[in-house]
Amino acid sequence: MAEPLIFERSVPGRRGYLLPPSDVPGFRADDIVPSDRLRTEPPPLPEIAEFDAIRHYTRLSQQNFSVDTHFYPLGSCTMKYNPKLNERIAALPGFAFLHPFQPAAQVQGMLALLYELEQLLCAITGMHAFTLQPAAGAQGELTGLKIIAAYHRRKGRRRSTILIPDSAHGTNPASAALSGFQVVQLVSGRDGLIDLNELKEKLTKDVAALMLTNPNTLGLFEREIKTIAAVLHEQDALIYMDGANMNALLGIARPGEMGVDLLQLNLHKTFSTPHGGGGPGAGPVGVVKRLEDFLPVPRVRKVGKRFRWEERSRASIGRVHGFYGNVGVLVRAYAYIRALGREGLMRANQAAIINANYLKAKLQPIFPVPFDDHCMHEFVVTLKALKTHGVTAGDVAKRLLDYGFYAPTVYFPLIVDEALMIEPTETESKETLDEFADALLAIEQEAKTKPDLVRQAPQRMIVERLDEVKAAREPNLRWKAGTFLFSPEGSTQRK
Amino acid sequence: MIQIPPELVYTKSHEWARRLPGAAQAGDAIEIMVGITAHAQEELRDIVFVELPKIGRTVKQGEAAAVIESVKAAFDIYAPVSGAIARVNEAVVKSPQLVNQDCYGTGWLFAITPSDPKEFSSLLSSGAYSQQVQAQAH
Amino acid sequence: MDYAPNTDAQLQEMLRTIGVGSFDELISTVPEDLHHRTLDAPSGLAEAQMITLGEQLAARNASLKEQASFLGAGCYHHLVPTVVDALASRGEWLTPYTPYQAEASQGTLQAIYEFQTMVCELFQMDLANASLYDGASSVAEAAALSLRVTERPRILVSEALHPHARQVVSTYLSGASAVLQEVPSVNGMTDLEALGKALRDDVACVIMQQPNVFGCLEDMGQAAQLTHRVGSLFVASVYPISLGLLQPPGAYGADIAVAEGRCLGSPPAYGGPGLGLFTATSALMRRVPGRLAGCTVDRAGRRGFTLTLQTREQHIRRERATSNICTNEGWLALRATIYMSLLGPQGFRELAQLNLEKAHYARERLLEIPWISATFDQPFFNEFTLTYDEAVKPEAVHRSLAKAGITGGLLLSDWYPLLSQSSLWCVTEVTSREAIDRLVDVLKKAV
Repeated sequence: MAEPLIFERSVPGRRGYLLPPSDVPGFRADDIVPSDRLRTEPPPLPEIAEFDAIRHYTRLSQQNFSVDTHFYPLGSCTMKYNPKLNERIAALPGFAFLHPFQPAAQVQGMLALLYELEQLLCAITGMHAFTLQPAAGAQGELTGLKIIAAYHRRKGRRRSTILIPDSAHGTNPASAALSGFQVVQLVSGRDGLIDLNELKEKLTKDVAALMLTNPNTLGLFEREIKTIAAVLHEQDALIYMDGANMNALLGIARPGEMGVDLLQLNLHKTFSTPHGGGGPGAGPVGVVKRLEDFLPVPRVRKVGKRFRWEERSRASIGRVHGFYGNVGVLVRAYAYIRALGREGLMRANQAAIINANYLKAKLQPIFPVPFDDHCMHEFVVTLKALKTHGVTAGDVAKRLLDYGFYAPTVYFPLIVDEALMIEPTETESKETLDEFADALLAIEQEAKTKPDLVRQAPQRMIVERLDEVKAAREPNLRWKAGTFLFSPEGSTQRK
Repeated sequence: MIQIPPELVYTKSHEWARRLPGAAQAGDAIEIMVGITAHAQEELRDIVFVELPKIGRTVKQGEAAAVIESVKAAFDIYAPVSGAIARVNEAVVKSPQLVNQDCYGTGWLFAITPSDPKEFSSLLSSGAYSQQVQAQAH
Repeated sequence: MDYAPNTDAQLQEMLRTIGVGSFDELISTVPEDLHHRTLDAPSGLAEAQMITLGEQLAARNASLKEQASFLGAGCYHHLVPTVVDALASRGEWLTPYTPYQAEASQGTLQAIYEFQTMVCELFQMDLANASLYDGASSVAEAAALSLRVTERPRILVSEALHPHARQVVSTYLSGASAVLQEVPSVNGMTDLEALGKALRDDVACVIMQQPNVFGCLEDMGQAAQLTHRVGSLFVASVYPISLGLLQPPGAYGADIAVAEGRCLGSPPAYGGPGLGLFTATSALMRRVPGRLAGCTVDRAGRRGFTLTLQTREQHIRRERATSNICTNEGWLALRATIYMSLLGPQGFRELAQLNLEKAHYARERLLEIPWISATFDQPFFNEFTLTYDEAVKPEAVHRSLAKAGITGGLLLSDWYPLLSQSSLWCVTEVTSREAIDRLVDVLKKAV
């Protein structure tokens, strides 16, 4: 059943939360604040009872697929189980109710945790130092690019080009452009990897760095990474690694030993913090020793047994976050790393790679894998063959919803036609993978025999396929009173 | 069969161009009217937004002058000839679907006062463009 | 402890299906010389051990719940209704990804649409996005947007904008050709005369904060007017809780209004995760950064919600996107949505009133102390600046407060060297009269 908007549940005079009464003498805003700085009418928010909110937001939640309720094989997003234990730790008042300006003496436990997390991330990646400040992967990329610019500036030169393979996440070119760089795209080789000749051809004196993802978005390890790094370093250009796919490397290989100069990690992917329907994440950036001075401030320091923030550093790129980053997310990631520990992280990584290869093996007879090799933690298949039946990868994704599976990433990476990018993660059981493979194989049959069924999917969701063209042509980004007629079968727009 | 009117000329990047007599008082001035081809319109599917250049902006041949968006993609529209933007079609800003419905007519995009008349003659004929589209399809 | 369910026997069986003899064969694509088949991390912990470790670390911190704190300065401690935690902790809210598959994400999408609407109502602005990282990066995104839209190079930032926000703007814009210029303040307020003189037609935007970093209430209306006279955009950074009483940015002509929205239903969490609120006029709709949820219909004509205008975003526009943001702060936006719906119009007004009353009571009491004076004589909301006499050492005073379980206001000397004797005090609905009175007693004895 459709759920009305919370505004449509509003009844004038209803209250959902009562504040404690005032315990101080009254002050009237009118007496204190010039009238032109006061609001004339209260904000027209909904007026509901507490139980209205409970019903409404519980029912809405049930319209979502989530990791807790459904297999969520979204490639490049590492939708693994988000342990409840992490939530419990992060909610401790000693973490959740701290103010960022409390004196260091009052937050020694917090600082110790952050310091230790930096050390753990260094050990895991082989990098020399980390900043925990970036709030998400893309902000980590921005931080990295600012560091790259600062590095070249210190060398007394301005370099304005960043090389990015055509298989990269969209955030890479967007971050480069936001940081004031020109993007030059590298065409992937026939094996889906970086083509050394292409790299050498595009490696002009103006190149500041190469941004690459390893394993790349096809789930393939860049075998030539050391050579790639050497080629760049010869020109004193840097190599930035998008660590979105770090789940593939834990306990197998470390970026620090690949010649990578700096990278960002996505704690909401590799280290199990929940995605929250879009965020928050955390995107710590790790660097080699010669880039450490450029890291954002403040940095947590250990002096003797005490911890404190160090605000100033002459070479630092400055601040990227209002305070210290998404600390609540960092606490969860810390709990994850400590709970799994050395053996747990390594076993998780092995299970992730086996799960991906197993699912690939099950699907491969039907769905070709365009750049075939053993994959790491994810793989990409092409549904090109279904085009002759008038069925697209997007249609198959929608049909999977009817089978009770969230859809893999579709149409990415851009270099694969009709791509489905599948990342099962280590926390899914073999039984779930078998069920998913069976569903996908069944849909492939449907596409041939009953293509309309697939094209009209989904049928079992709260809504059918949505009119995205209308949404874009006539943007309606907020509710206004009187614009809809609500009914449980679904609202319609008032004519 | 995709419509490729013989009286127009074309670019490799799927724009069409039409030579128009200029404003009456401008003597021998001409304008080059620009839009996208039926082939391009079909590939883009439902067009949801058109961003046109400012009138008076000067553009070079092959420079991105406008943007056309579908739900999940954005495409640059390149100036077929160099010159100054003389007019833009406000109607497609309000109703982007005009580009889908009538790409050679009411769905035109902008007009350029060319700075180098020779450029126009270097554009593709309908026959040459038709060959290019067919070649891409195979 | 790991969370991978497949048993070793199952993994072996799966390896056979794959057609390899061992796991090592699977990673043969990783060159041998790069192998680092260990992790330099401690051994794992059972759940109970991890809880003990977490509790031990947490115990080494003095939580705001066990003290009276007068810290604000951009991070405010407000009550969080029980219902917010109860609802938001549901796995269906906590564990989905960005709602790209709209039909299987209608809960998240409708909640974002409600969020966007509520933020618009609170700010009286045309549109709001689905959130950015935090208040500071929202200011930076507003600056970047202004540069793009106006194609002008100069940005004027009030000295009374939070220093951290100014620093983040500066980091974001470094390397760009933009010029960042500070407008000075006089008596705790942005110097509007200086602003007027600095405003020329090469200014992309003016950025001011309300209440400003000193807690003072600026004349935003006049500042906006001055700004618009030369065709620049006016950017307001506001404190959402204050909007229960204060004029909303839409009413004084802000083109872009941003905020740190964590105070709406989320705990301070040592400053993060934050919740970047970003609102704008409809003229800027296609230039705003971040995700937007829109209302549309499905094939059967029923109302539904989807992400829209996505061509602005990095996954489509790549290097020409309006921003690089992907992951945002969706879960905090959900908390804020539930929070705002629970408070409603009346609750919001009462909450703002309670903050205003308590802060004014506290300042009145503190000014009873002979060596304390008001730094500025300006109207304020729930934050104010005090100055200690020259003879008094602020650090020493605050140390003695700490011994009494009180965290005093933020010393301003690091941010504003001229205010070396001054501190910034914040009082919210969480602060009891008893705590305020005790503060005054301790201070009286401290010097």
